[in-house]
Amino acid sequence: MKIAVCIKRVPDSETRVKIASDGKSLDDSGVKFVMNPYDEFAVEEALRRKEKASSGEVAVICLGPAAAQETIRTALAMGADRGILLQSDRIPADPFEVARIIAAELKSTSWDLLLFGRMAIDDYNHQVGALTAELLGLPCVTAISHLEIEGTKGVAEREIEGGIEVVEFPLPAVLTADKGLNEPRYPALKGIMAAKKKPLEVKPVQASAGTFEVVALSPPPDRKEGKIVGEGVGAVGELVRLLREEAKVL
Amino acid sequence: MTLALAVLEQRDGVLRKISHEVVTGSQRLGRGVDAVLCAAGPVQGADQLGKFGADRVITLTNPAFAKYAPEACAQAIAERAKQGGYRAVLFAASATGKDLAPRVAAKLGVGVAADITDLAALGDAITVTRPVYAGKALLKVKVASQPAVLSLRPNVFTPVERPKAGTPETAAVTVAPCRVVVREVKAAAAGTLDVAEAQIIISGGRGLKEPANFKVLEELAQAFGGKAAVGASRAVVDAGWRAHADQVGQTGKTVSPSLYIAVGISGAIQHLAGMRTSKVIVAINKDKDAPIFKVADYGVVGDLFEIVPRLTEEIRKLHG
Repeated sequence: MKIAVCIKRVPDSETRVKIASDGKSLDDSGVKFVMNPYDEFAVEEALRRKEKASSGEVAVICLGPAAAQETIRTALAMGADRGILLQSDRIPADPFEVARIIAAELKSTSWDLLLFGRMAIDDYNHQVGALTAELLGLPCVTAISHLEIEGTKGVAEREIEGGIEVVEFPLPAVLTADKGLNEPRYPALKGIMAAKKKPLEVKPVQASAGTFEVVALSPPPDRKEGKIVGEGVGAVGELVRLLREEAKVL
Repeated sequence: MTLALAVLEQRDGVLRKISHEVVTGSQRLGRGVDAVLCAAGPVQGADQLGKFGADRVITLTNPAFAKYAPEACAQAIAERAKQGGYRAVLFAASATGKDLAPRVAAKLGVGVAADITDLAALGDAITVTRPVYAGKALLKVKVASQPAVLSLRPNVFTPVERPKAGTPETAAVTVAPCRVVVREVKAAAAGTLDVAEAQIIISGGRGLKEPANFKVLEELAQAFGGKAAVGASRAVVDAGWRAHADQVGQTGKTVSPSLYIAVGISGAIQHLAGMRTSKVIVAINKDKDAPIFKVADYGVVGDLFEIVPRLTEEIRKLHG
């Protein structure tokens, strides 16, 4: 089984967001970068599929700056076979441009499965997998939390409001991973050592800006100072009164 | 020319309520709204849409639309969007909208400005605001794509009724055979409301001590008479106490209910990011120094196992 996993380097979820002096981007000084958590599910799923088939290849593709080599090494340490960095200092604000760059790389190989995280926890675009699938003309199932593959047929489950959709699709296909799909492994020391010797190809790409122009990045409005209504059950009556009369939400 | 195409959602022949928000959000662009939905037949509630500002309500029919058919819907809506020459195509950023919007956008050769909380038309450009980093920052983006494809965060664009009737139209459409097929929808337990769409969310954290204790939160949710959902912090989801579908925070759902009640949640930064756009926040926690009290409008310090049942009683009285 030939599997491609597309990953992204993102600020860790505990990051306190500081705005850079241009007023349009994140000040990344002191920020810890990690593999996007949803992409970890995608990497893990790819490794399990390859292990089950007991043959094949897992390639990891990442659009990002030179420092994203580290993110790719993490995936290689988990067990992926090789990495490709589509190197660009700037990631376009327009997700269609991102998908275009990734699709251009993916189309040169015939993959059985192409995996993405369902979204990245920095830009919250949740669409690059589906856009890429359309550009490649491949079937796509997004935000899957369960997957079964038998030959060239797959069945996936995806969460919708108030239920679970059970979706059938043929391979090759693009799938985007949600939490719950699996429990990603931690790279073992042996894997970390092995990852240093695995092939990592760096390909510079020209990322055009596309049709989205960032006007400003700003902190969210402060919430007005709240109050402690009181302590213990005695405060419940007053809380309900405030919710009814002051906040008017009951 | 009509400016905006609002893409609506139905399930089992009934219009989903979130569709009203999409029509209302589309109305914000001015110059008229066409609403479109894919269905196998007549959709209950579609005739009400004029009230929320749709000039026309177009039902595209095909037997394939009995269940959500991502490929066929994308094809039908993209074709309609091209024919109509709309300036903007708007979706709900619901589970279905998040799946469908990029498929339609790609067919139109553009990206999606996703999960937006504000929008304005300025001359030729549409400017939108999107929470990024789970709401730790707001990104303002000028979208110059033709058309602009937008998805609207649930619970933000409050439906406004207008005294106006929309013209209903029905058009049978042909679609290519689907590769991706929804075989069935396994329904969640009756009365379960999704945290992303609930008006009231009661979330629990480690302070609940064990999974069975979420019963006290479920009882409070029930007291709100079907308007409330039970959410959870990452800690308790990672511990396997609650389903991931219930998780609020940066690696879960970002929510904007009218009332968010955080129970036994200390308030990690990734959790606060996911719920800080709630209209009113209540925190119940035994630790008076917990960070959750910094974002809460109203805090009660004390034992949740005493406070929550009393609150449930009070709410029952109101709704009783």
